[in-house]
Amino acid sequence: MSGINDFAFKMGTVNGTGSASANSLLMQAIFRMGIPVTGKNVFPSNIQGLPTWYEIRVSKDGYTARPSAVDMVVALNPSTYAKDVATVRPGGYLLYDSTWPLDPDLVREGITILGIPFGGMCVEAFQKDRDRTLLRNIAYVGALAALLDIDMDIVGQMLTEKYGKKPQLLDANHKAIKLGYDYAKANYTCPLPFRLEKMDATGDSILMDGNTACALGALYAGATVGAWYPITPATALMEAFKSFCEKYRVDKDTGLNNYAILQAEDELAAAGITIGAGWAGARAFTNTSGPGISLMQEFIGLAYYTEIPSVFFDVQRCGPATGMPTRTQQADLMSLAYASHGDTKHIVLFPANPKECFEMSVESFDIAERFQTPVFVASDLDIGMNDWMVKRLEWDDSYRPDRGKVLDAAALEKIQKFSRYLDVDGDGIAARTLPGVGGKGAYFVRGSGHDKHAAYTEDSDAYQEVVDRLTRKFAHAATQMPKPAIHRQDGAEVGLVTVGGCDAAVREAADLLHAQGIPVDVMRIRAFPFGVEVSDFLAQHERTFVIEQNRDGQLRSMIGIELGVARDSLIPILDYGGMPLTAKVVVDAVTAHFAGVTV
Amino acid sequence: MTSIAKPPVRHPSSRTNGLGFVLRDYEGAMSTLCAGCGHDSVTAALVQTAWELDLEPHRVAKMSGIGCSSKTTAYFMKQSHGFNSVHGRMPSVTSGAAAANRDLTYIGISGDGDSLSIGLGQMSHAIRRGVNMLYVLENNGVYGLTKGQFSAAADIGSTSKKGEANQQPPIDPVLLALTLGVSFVARSFSGDKKQLVPILKAGISHKGFALVDVISPCVSFNDHEGSTKSYKFTREHEVESVHTDFVALRREITIPETQEDVSVVQMHDGTSVRLRATAPDYDPTDRESAYAHVRACQARGEIATGLLFIDESKRDMHDFMNTIPTPLVDVPFEKLSPGKAALEKLMDRYR
Repeated sequence: MSGINDFAFKMGTVNGTGSASANSLLMQAIFRMGIPVTGKNVFPSNIQGLPTWYEIRVSKDGYTARPSAVDMVVALNPSTYAKDVATVRPGGYLLYDSTWPLDPDLVREGITILGIPFGGMCVEAFQKDRDRTLLRNIAYVGALAALLDIDMDIVGQMLTEKYGKKPQLLDANHKAIKLGYDYAKANYTCPLPFRLEKMDATGDSILMDGNTACALGALYAGATVGAWYPITPATALMEAFKSFCEKYRVDKDTGLNNYAILQAEDELAAAGITIGAGWAGARAFTNTSGPGISLMQEFIGLAYYTEIPSVFFDVQRCGPATGMPTRTQQADLMSLAYASHGDTKHIVLFPANPKECFEMSVESFDIAERFQTPVFVASDLDIGMNDWMVKRLEWDDSYRPDRGKVLDAAALEKIQKFSRYLDVDGDGIAARTLPGVGGKGAYFVRGSGHDKHAAYTEDSDAYQEVVDRLTRKFAHAATQMPKPAIHRQDGAEVGLVTVGGCDAAVREAADLLHAQGIPVDVMRIRAFPFGVEVSDFLAQHERTFVIEQNRDGQLRSMIGIELGVARDSLIPILDYGGMPLTAKVVVDAVTAHFAGVTV
Repeated sequence: MTSIAKPPVRHPSSRTNGLGFVLRDYEGAMSTLCAGCGHDSVTAALVQTAWELDLEPHRVAKMSGIGCSSKTTAYFMKQSHGFNSVHGRMPSVTSGAAAANRDLTYIGISGDGDSLSIGLGQMSHAIRRGVNMLYVLENNGVYGLTKGQFSAAADIGSTSKKGEANQQPPIDPVLLALTLGVSFVARSFSGDKKQLVPILKAGISHKGFALVDVISPCVSFNDHEGSTKSYKFTREHEVESVHTDFVALRREITIPETQEDVSVVQMHDGTSVRLRATAPDYDPTDRESAYAHVRACQARGEIATGLLFIDESKRDMHDFMNTIPTPLVDVPFEKLSPGKAALEKLMDRYR
């Protein structure tokens, strides 16, 4: 099944040895050959020294999920040789550094072992220890270029783009690439049976990670205040926002910033800053991951009850507790949807890829202001930190922020009396004012029991009037959320329901199942609260699988709670080991289910 | 501000300030605190301060956390925007609001529980951040709302109402703030409005974080013989370090410029603070000697009051962030979003 422009390979290296730039060079070169490609970084939670892998999947059909099998492993870290050898599919290849002989115990029947003395060649060719280490990785790029038939002109052009201003580095990189390339050409039959051939399938696409895309969305939405506390895997989001702001948000005349980024002392403060800024009228956001969401709970409840627009990006990782910081999961779903004590419910958006990260990031600010409430954008490590091939991001210059119901001084003039929590329009959304507007618009924000006028109350009816309106507001929000993405196949009686970054694998699985005679309809939920389309889809299918990346089937539970669907009627497919989902997991689970049913 | 409702009629002879407001216009809701609570005196001082400074009520944001002290924000300037946040976290909310709209006057009211226990981190970092705000810490050494537990400001040996003695050393907000690099710190006593009002005025006019620690006795749980935050103890042990006058821009200067030992600190907004040292050699612009003085008073069982340290040359949060002078909330969207052409160009970088 592997062949031209349809295979996967992975590099096993040591964290902190420069392999990241070598790997991204490889992936980008393939992308520039016009071939759909995906890269997944499987990295440890440490600074350097531990094993790290990078998986590249080449797919002429445009599948971007994690590959189910690996055709070749580039093994450069002796401590993982055993694991790497075992990873190669039968009939596949192992490329290793033959400077040191391979332990005979590791030789496996049915795979081809290729040795290239990367280390030895680099010791001979380069003087400095650091060069010898770093360029060993570039040397394997050269070898792979020969073995896989990567266009060397493109590689050369990319090196020039990267090191053009540093001639010494440029020369050294060229030299290292050539070492690997020439050795492979001289000693092996190149290219291998699975190889690359130029295509024209990436012309309108880009390679981008979700954190960068979210940051761009915040920039384009007009967010001016960002507050955060560093945490893996969310950190890069604010760092990207900062670098975009430095480029686009510095006032040309004065050199002063029209943005504020506050690195807070902890996540509690980051949430407080976001809410303070949202109250004052700025589009404000914070970015965090599960442990940060745990710390922010108190403020989330406050923002919900006091109705302050605020955007929370949650780049999910493995939980609970510290969990696995560099592994992916979708295990914060319920803690976002029902965050904080008391009766709370929150709007959550679920992007599936960086393009949606950008679009939903913009939308999240509009929704937050329209409904005056915290909005969560639930990304994850796979979406956030890996480069995805997506269509170029687009912007419509006619976009204007939806600021929701904000009464300015002129509007206040026209009304008799301003009451902060009065449902004038019957849609559950009360008008707000921003601090600084005339005295008539002043009110007191309080997290304690308040009535529709924002006055303190312990009166049952007055309290209930406010919390019941919040329920109505949430129900109203359900009608205005991003609709689920639904893909149907002819004659499908089976439904696959999924969320977020599982999309790529589930869509691929749907094709594979169809090929096996099991047509399926796929619905990817894109927001909470669920719209009517979600219940309709469930009603239309006799058998529905819910595919998500957590142990307890959180999405499945939420569907049960919110839509009154019997939880038992939904069949869970759960994959929560921390790796991005593969199509195989879904196909195997569905076919196993049917096998079980028919027996 | 008091527990007695007053008739809404304005007395014809009431003096008006520069904006045409009488003192009563700066009052808030009726206090629900215990009669005699020090916090109500602080409220009265805040009302007078705002009135005398001609603050436009709707341009003031009153910020607080949770606790008896945090109720204060409801009791003054009813026409101001107020934010009663969560326990100990007022500083972060204020930081965000100030980042978004730097043109408002931020008055944060907190207590010793709110600031020195649950909110110690947030207060410390707001100081480091240099948020431009007046931060009033109503300090009574006790948790009033939960009926009398020691706070982190309770002195060793100070007793609770039931007679139990506190064992742990207190956190002194003034020393802490000095250590953290605060640009304005003062201590006063709720029973000394004459001293407190000019300090509050100077704190509001100061560009940067201004901490005012106000000993504000709790009449219900901490105004007994064994307390070091009682009215009696404070009156007996208060030592004025610096006599403070605040001179507003347009007001007549009533103290002659030539008066001996008076140092005038010109403030960022053009107003000035006049300081007369009452302790020998006290220099309120020297952080080290301010620290030493407060420590020395403490060792003698005295409470140093007055404006203890001021530095008008320090930068505030917006200076650190290099933010434009226009409040961020007023920047038009057209200036914020780079637009279609920029995005198209940017996309080429991701090829």
